[in-house]
Amino acid sequence: MSTEYVGVNSISGPFLMLGGIPHAGYDEIVEVRSQDGTSRTGRVVLVSEKATLVQVFAGTEGLSPAGTSVRFTGRELEIALSPAMLGRTFSGLGEPLDDCGPVLGGVRRPVGGAAINPMGREYPRDFISTGVSSIDVLLTLIRGQKLPIFSGNGLPHNALAVQIATQSKLAGAENFAVVFAGIGIKHDDAAYFRDRLTAGGHGGNLVLFLNLADDPPVERIATPRLALTTAEYLAFDLGMHVLVIMTDMTSYCEALRELSVAKGEVPSRKGYPSYLYSDLASLYERAGVLRNGRGSVTQIPILTMPNDDITHPIPDLTGFITEGQIVLSRDLEARRIYPPVEILPSLSRLMKDGIGKGYTRDDHPNLAGQLFASYSRVHEVRALASVVGADELGKADQASLAFGDAFERGFLSQGAAENREIGQSLDMGWELLSKLPVQELSHLSMEDLERFIKKGSGADDAGAQARP
Amino acid sequence: MRAAGRIVSVNGPVLRASGMREFSMREMVHAGKLSLLGEIIRLDGDEAVIQVFEETAGLRTGEPVVGAGAPLSMSLGPGLLGSIFDGIGRPLRKLLEKEGSFVSRGVNIPQLDPDASWDVTPLGKVGDVVTGGTPIATVRETSLVEHRILTPPGVEGEILSILPAGFHRGSETVARLRDGRGRERVVPMISSWPVRTARPVAERLLPDEPLLTGQRVIDGLFPLSKGGVSAIPGGFGTGKTVTQHQLAKWSDAHIVVYIGCGERGNEMTQVLEEFPVLEDPRSGKPLMERTVLIANTSNMPVAAREASIYTGITIAEYYRDMGYDVALMADSTSRWAEALREISGRLGEIPAEEGFPAYLPTRIAEFYERAGKVTTLGGTRGSISIIGAVSPPGGDFTEPVTRHTKRFIRCFWALDQQLARSRHFPAISWTDSYSEYGDEVKTWYEANVDAAWTSLRDRARALLAEDDSIQQIIRLVGEDVLPDDQKLTALTASLLKNGYLQQGAFGPDSYCPPRKGIAILDIMIGFHERAKGMIARGCPLSPLRKMDELVELAHLRELPWDKPEAFDDLKRRLVKRMMEIDRERLATRATGSVRL
Ligand SMILES: Nc1ncnc2c1ncn2[C@@H]1O[C@H](COP(=O)(O)OP(=O)(O)OP(=O)(O)O)[C@@H](O)[C@H]1O
Ligand SMILES: [Mg+2]
Repeated sequence: MSTEYVGVNSISGPFLMLGGIPHAGYDEIVEVRSQDGTSRTGRVVLVSEKATLVQVFAGTEGLSPAGTSVRFTGRELEIALSPAMLGRTFSGLGEPLDDCGPVLGGVRRPVGGAAINPMGREYPRDFISTGVSSIDVLLTLIRGQKLPIFSGNGLPHNALAVQIATQSKLAGAENFAVVFAGIGIKHDDAAYFRDRLTAGGHGGNLVLFLNLADDPPVERIATPRLALTTAEYLAFDLGMHVLVIMTDMTSYCEALRELSVAKGEVPSRKGYPSYLYSDLASLYERAGVLRNGRGSVTQIPILTMPNDDITHPIPDLTGFITEGQIVLSRDLEARRIYPPVEILPSLSRLMKDGIGKGYTRDDHPNLAGQLFASYSRVHEVRALASVVGADELGKADQASLAFGDAFERGFLSQGAAENREIGQSLDMGWELLSKLPVQELSHLSMEDLERFIKKGSGADDAGAQARP
Repeated sequence: MRAAGRIVSVNGPVLRASGMREFSMREMVHAGKLSLLGEIIRLDGDEAVIQVFEETAGLRTGEPVVGAGAPLSMSLGPGLLGSIFDGIGRPLRKLLEKEGSFVSRGVNIPQLDPDASWDVTPLGKVGDVVTGGTPIATVRETSLVEHRILTPPGVEGEILSILPAGFHRGSETVARLRDGRGRERVVPMISSWPVRTARPVAERLLPDEPLLTGQRVIDGLFPLSKGGVSAIPGGFGTGKTVTQHQLAKWSDAHIVVYIGCGERGNEMTQVLEEFPVLEDPRSGKPLMERTVLIANTSNMPVAAREASIYTGITIAEYYRDMGYDVALMADSTSRWAEALREISGRLGEIPAEEGFPAYLPTRIAEFYERAGKVTTLGGTRGSISIIGAVSPPGGDFTEPVTRHTKRFIRCFWALDQQLARSRHFPAISWTDSYSEYGDEVKTWYEANVDAAWTSLRDRARALLAEDDSIQQIIRLVGEDVLPDDQKLTALTASLLKNGYLQQGAFGPDSYCPPRKGIAILDIMIGFHERAKGMIARGCPLSPLRKMDELVELAHLRELPWDKPEAFDDLKRRLVKRMMEIDRERLATRATGSVRL
């Protein structure tokens, strides 16, 4: 069913308006040909008896109403998938950007992706060792998780994503792959990711989809879907463990807003469409482990928070969908602490079932809980110290300040290529806690206190301090 | 099958079709060649507006729309428990077997298996007269729950025939009746009910019995009644889902209906994996045997998300009508409201606030009003408690869904971002939360848990409130300058927060019997009163603060309740130690005065 229609009624923004086309399908892909014969891809976003609205991915520049022809393909947006994709680089619309020609053989799949039946999922429990203390101990990454990095412009989120991708204990495994979706990113960033991810001979396990900052924004709607369809293929057809890095989700959401405004839809918060939540969910939910499958899809989306505001709709809706978030802090970065992970607003929801006895170490859950609680107290004590002066503080408060500094300098902070064993990171945590009075350690059990907190370690004399 | 119309436009989940004159409002339809399920939401002359419960990609103008002749309905009968359905009641386990790991479109499977075989025991005999809502047979549905086949509401008559005891298939008719006008009526094993219509009851009762949850902060400070309605609002990651899971696991309801409405797939999978192996603390049976799951995850179509709430509450009403106490969790009602908003936007309706349609408060009220403690048509007691999660954008409770929800609920468990960040869980704020059921359930608590329940609860809340203002001073000038009695309040409050209010969901402390909770509270408040007396008599706080027994008290929740003696023992030792400190002080003061 491929009928071609010559001439369109009107062109506005990224849209072509045609009259009623019998049998035009909602979401159908069309081929748009300009008078000079070049072709671009479009998608049907509205059908009715009187009008058909087509959104052109590459934009409508240079098209004229009379000279444009539209061919209806009868198919949704699809991608050709094969094992030969590994090691390749594609555009944001899936065209090869390297010299290796089109992907041949394999299967074609629509990129929309059907929802995974919750019955068909397996709950993710496998710990991924990233070698980063703050993540492994406090924000444990689990195979099949979707764990975004909430960052800001100028923060080292790229370095952290690369460190996670290259140090992941999965990386050594043969059946490991990284799918990278660059969405509206700078040329420099694209080059950075390509260089770092291919260093050490991992290039053969990498698939890149690049929509760069100067590529058409409408294309950005497609880029993460191509990447995720590829990831699902590698994971669920070929049995690989796939890590998907998608950056920058903020550019994606902005492209979505641009389109929605152009369509004249009623906007919701900050001009974003009311379906932003559902749309983001249709991407983020494409992570996980299947009961009847071998591989897994783990997602690390990166977004830059506009004005560092975590309540902005993009991070807010993302946080409501993903299984936690790693928040980077400008303040830690200013103090040259790398990775500048601000642990209190950060969270890994899947860690509870992937740590502890039989997973990491039996003392892990309580240790993590206590480190969070103690570090949150550090912030209060620091605020108090800035009012009354550090010298005026009681012993327990002094201990808390010392703990905070040691925690940031020793535990949070590490080299961009430093790979710490989980055991080493956990021991570092206990070492830090042993400096605090026992009254302060209510997240530990009596048993932990006996086992890990040596008596007489400067803990007894300081009085209990009453603070939440 | 009936008349067919034709699709004239497609816009996301909303279709318009013409040639629809013979269709009726809220009728289910099959749309397009893919036979996608939808529902008529507006009729205008020849044209109908249809919301489609499945992804609409690929639908074309001119394709047919066929009526199903009935509104969106849920099948009710044995086989609901332990099952998982999507928003419009399709069985996801069957769908997996038939279609594989991904949910496909246009699949037609019965909601309940007509071929499953059930052990039926008839309750009446030929010649008996039965009325709507009375049980006519029982079925052993799970080892935990006896299913009662009810005469459908509105049906009554004399029994003409009834199934003999033994195994029968779901598709069978349990009894035939002859009604007053001589017409024959049937009581099927599996009946059907339109989900948007509330099932009738005989009378509404005051919800005066608590729903025990095993969560200290709820049972102790902000109790919910059986038949009560509660909302649990909070920004992302504050603990709505974990709290709802906790209640699904540990509350003393007979039946739990858990609706995952626009949330994560893995959270449903977790329940599916955990509940079959978790034991009900009262019966020792697997929790899955009393649980029904409705899953419409965030990436499933929005129209079905809107329907999921009704599918769930209809199932809840069905078990309530059998005389059971049902607890229904909806996570999250905000996603349901947003689904309404999205459909309304596509219809071009004029929005009220923040894009939500003007009828939002009406819909919220209608939903929560389907809860309650009632006398059923059959004359027994039953109840539905609703616990609705609310996900306010940016954690801001002044947004429309939270605000309107507050008008229709009576118990509010406000989750506090600050508490969640410092890993104080459950992050239920003791200042912003409230329960209007406190007074209604106190008689029950005093009779069944502890005579001092009300006074301990009041005392603890007063202390925490006092502490809030003391903390403001501490933040400004530090604790050192405070008088000892205020330091003591801060100390006891910190004991309460660390040793009573906090309750980890993932360890042995996950379920706390109400008596244990009260025992801990009793020792803490007892300590406070005694210490307060000592301080008033001039005893300094520091020796009290250093007592090892206080560390033990802060960790008392770790002890299992099977040895209540340990609690009494600590209480005795604490009192003894405090008396010693009091004596030592008097002694030193006496020697001091000699030296003078
Ligand atoms: N009672 C608890 N005990 C221990 N941890 C808890 C408790 N409640 C919440 N948490 C922690 O908080 C995390 C987030 O909780 P949860 O998933 O319930 O948040 P939510 O409010 O449902 O968020 P969202 O709106 O994004 O779904 C959990 O993964 C867990 O780590
Ligand atoms: Mg949740």
